[in-house]
Order: sequence, then C-alpha cells, then structure tokens
Amino acid sequence: MGKLLAIVLVVIAVLSAYPIVTHMFVLPEDISTHGRAIDQQLHDTMLEAGLSFVGAQIVLAVFVWGFTNRKEGSPLKSFPGGAKVAVIAAFVLVGTEVLALGVMGQKAWAQVYFTSPKPNALQVQVQAEQFAYYFRYAGPDGKFGLIHPDKIDEGNQNYFGLDPANEVEARDDIVSGELVVPVNREVQLLMHAKDVGHSFYVRELRLQQDFVPGLDLSLHFTATKIGKYEIVCTQLCGLGHYNMKAYLNVMSEADYEKWLKEQAAQ
Amino acid sequence: MRTKQVVVVGLAMLVVAAAAKAGPPAGGTISGKVTYEGTPAKMKPIDMSKEPSCAKMYTTPPLAETVVTGAGNSLENVVVYISAGAPDDAVPSTAAVFTQKGCRYIPHVLAFQVNQEIKIQNEDQTSHNIHPLPKINREWNKSQPPGTPAISEKYDKAEIFPVKCNVHPWMHGNFAVLKNSHYVVTGDGGTFSLPNLPPGKYTVTAWHESYGDQSQEVTISGSEAKTITFVFKAKPY
Repeated sequence: MGKLLAIVLVVIAVLSAYPIVTHMFVLPEDISTHGRAIDQQLHDTMLEAGLSFVGAQIVLAVFVWGFTNRKEGSPLKSFPGGAKVAVIAAFVLVGTEVLALGVMGQKAWAQVYFTSPKPNALQVQVQAEQFAYYFRYAGPDGKFGLIHPDKIDEGNQNYFGLDPANEVEARDDIVSGELVVPVNREVQLLMHAKDVGHSFYVRELRLQQDFVPGLDLSLHFTATKIGKYEIVCTQLCGLGHYNMKAYLNVMSEADYEKWLKEQAAQ
Repeated sequence: MRTKQVVVVGLAMLVVAAAAKAGPPAGGTISGKVTYEGTPAKMKPIDMSKEPSCAKMYTTPPLAETVVTGAGNSLENVVVYISAGAPDDAVPSTAAVFTQKGCRYIPHVLAFQVNQEIKIQNEDQTSHNIHPLPKINREWNKSQPPGTPAISEKYDKAEIFPVKCNVHPWMHGNFAVLKNSHYVVTGDGGTFSLPNLPPGKYTVTAWHESYGDQSQEVTISGSEAKTITFVFKAKPY
C-alpha cells in the first residue's frame, strides 16, 4: 500500500504541473507598459513554486517508497539531527525562496507603486460607489471643480456633487460612466470611494487597487493597445457587487479628442 | 292672467324640485397650464453602459427626466393637487402602477392617495432594488429580480419624495402620496384639469422636483370653470 501511495504522489505532482508547464492557460493580453515586468514576476514565482512543489513531492514519494513495509520489530531510523535540523532546513529553504522572489519582484512593484506619474499625465478622477464607477475629466479649463458631498444628487446625474451654478471650474467638468483614455499616453487616476470599500481591477492593465473610504488614492499607467476592456469591482461592496463594472475605452488620440468635444457639448 | 302666473310658478317649483332630487350639482373645475420662465438646465444623456441589457434597448441614450419641457415653455411632471379646502377621500380600490423598464421608472412621477395600493413591476432582464426615500413615511427598499411578481406597498401619510434604485444610480423617480382624489400630473403641454369640485375655498399646489412648489387660492361658488397658471423660475444648473 505504501508503495502505491508513493506512486500516486508522484502522479498527482506531475499531473498538476502539466497544465502550467505546457501553458494550457494563457494570461490575458497585456496592454500596459509595466505589464511585462509583472508577468515576468508571475512566471518566476510559478517556476520557483512549481519546482519546489514537484521536488518536495518526489522526495516525499522516495521516503514513502523506501521506508514502507517496515518489518515488525526492526529498529526505527530517525532523521539525522532530528526535528531541529528539519525546522532549520525548512526556514532556510522557504526563506530563501520568498526573499528571492521579493528581491526579483521589487522592481515590478516599484514601477507601479513607487514611481510618480509624469507631470503632464492625463488626470482622471475615479469615484467608486454602490454600484457603478463614474469618471471625471477636467474639461477645457484643465481644472477640476470642487466636490461638495452635500450636493450629490444621482437622480440629476450629479454624481460628484459639483456646484456649477456657483463655481466656474465645475461648469466644464466632464462626467462619464466610461473611462476613455488616449493610447500611449500616461494616465493618472485620482481615486476615492463615495460610500463603502470597492476595488478597481483591469486585468489587461495588470492593475488592481482597493478603494478604502476616506483615502484618496492614485494609480498611473500607460495603455498601449486600442480597445475596450472591462473594469470590475473586486471588493465585496453590497448586493450589487456582482453587477458593478465599467469599461476602459482606449482610443487613438484623435478619437479621444473627438469624444471629449462630444461630451463637452452635452 | 292669474292662472298663467300660477302655472308658471308651479312649473318653476317642479323644475326646482326635480333639480333638487337629481342630487348636488357636478361642481366646478380648476384648470390651467404650468409653464416656466428663464433657461432650464440641459438634460444630459444617461450612460447605461454598466447595464448592457438596458443600454441595448435604446438607439440613442435617453435623457435624464429631471426637467421635461414642451412647446410654449410648458413643464411636464408637475403634480397639481388640492392641498387645502377639500376633505380626505376614500381609498380607491385600484392600484397605482410603477414600472421599471429600460432601467427607468415609468411614470417619472407617480401620484396616488394615502393608503392606496401601489404595484411596482420589473419588466427588465436585470435585478432592481427599489428604494423610495420618504422623510415621514416608513423607509424601505426591496430587491426585485427579473420575472418576480409585482411588489405591493402603501403609504399612510401624505408626502412627496424621491425614489431611487440601489443597483442603478441613474434611476430616479418620485412618489406623491396625496390625501384626496383631486390631483393630476402634467403631461406633454403642461396642462391640468381638476374637475368635480364642490363650492368652497381651495388651495391648489403645483410641485416640481427641481423648482419647488407654489400655491394659489381659488374659490368655487357653483359649477364654473376657473383657469389659473403656474409659472416656475427655471435654473440653468
């Protein structure tokens, strides 16, 4: 029975590794400038974890095979050094693995989170609420009007609480349900949540950011491919969470300018 | 000569008796038109891209319905009702119907009476969660998946308040819970007519969700028709 278990262990390990090694599941296309570094990190992690996993299973199978069917009364052999050696070995092995991954991946992380956006990045404000995202552009004057939470009136399409009657900067602000950006141009998202926790996730951009109520968060990215991509909420926010999404529409620079003009005219 | 006078008086008495037997007179009517002056805010198209099952029902995105205007500066969706001078009426047995269709509320303003049943239907392929926002009535919200039966509710206090959908932020409507049966919501053209008013001194109130409310006093002494107009000041934002 023991030998059968050893065989089963090896079979399971190999079968688990097979889909990964043969790339049966392909990552979604990468449309961002930092995506490559993140995908590389994913690949490295999978490789390292995969080798460790298969290796550990094979070692386990070897021991199971070798020490099964012990004869009654024969002396028990203990691992040289006992438990202490095993624990230290585990610390060293796992510790090195995690440290290596962290060191190798810090550049990818830093590219997304520790660099500032370029000064001329296109700023778009993102508000997450139950259960939609709304996006605000500064309009022709380049300035965002102030937000007045007491003036929020969704039935009248005033999602941000702008006061165009009394503030000139707010009059030309463009509010949209779609995040429209020009291709190959750095975009800075100024994010906040209106009510509860949400999360902004665009898998093709390799970007995910939780919206914590009360925090003003910022992300920046450059989209490299024209198309329509889904933004989904990945933080449970209530009964409409399953339905909460918006679309990222990456357009050519010319189309983007045209879209801006159309929105301003409304 | 005397006989003729007697006959005339006798006939007159018969007519009066017949009129008295026929019951009280049909009553007066207050009618008129609701208009605005100034520039109303431009209604923006609604972006329903997050709900494709509703977005595809429109060839061009529909406009928000906060201020709906018509020819001759007329104002739609104004609730015109008798706020004083008329006694409370019995609760009608028919229900007022509020429909969610194309991710919008139809009608935009639903007027009905205190304790009258309202039926809320969902004709869309998506779930809605209707959330009326009264201040003095009991506040509630109810989920309504597609294909489920109508929600039946009623309100026991007179109040006018907004209605929203917790799932779709752009959906917006209003409930007007009124004490008597003398009310009308203006449609295209902004006209209204309140018939069957017994003689008395009435206060007619016109309410608009963005422009507030105005009242006028009208006295009906018989079965005449009186015409009044309401003019609201439009705001550009």
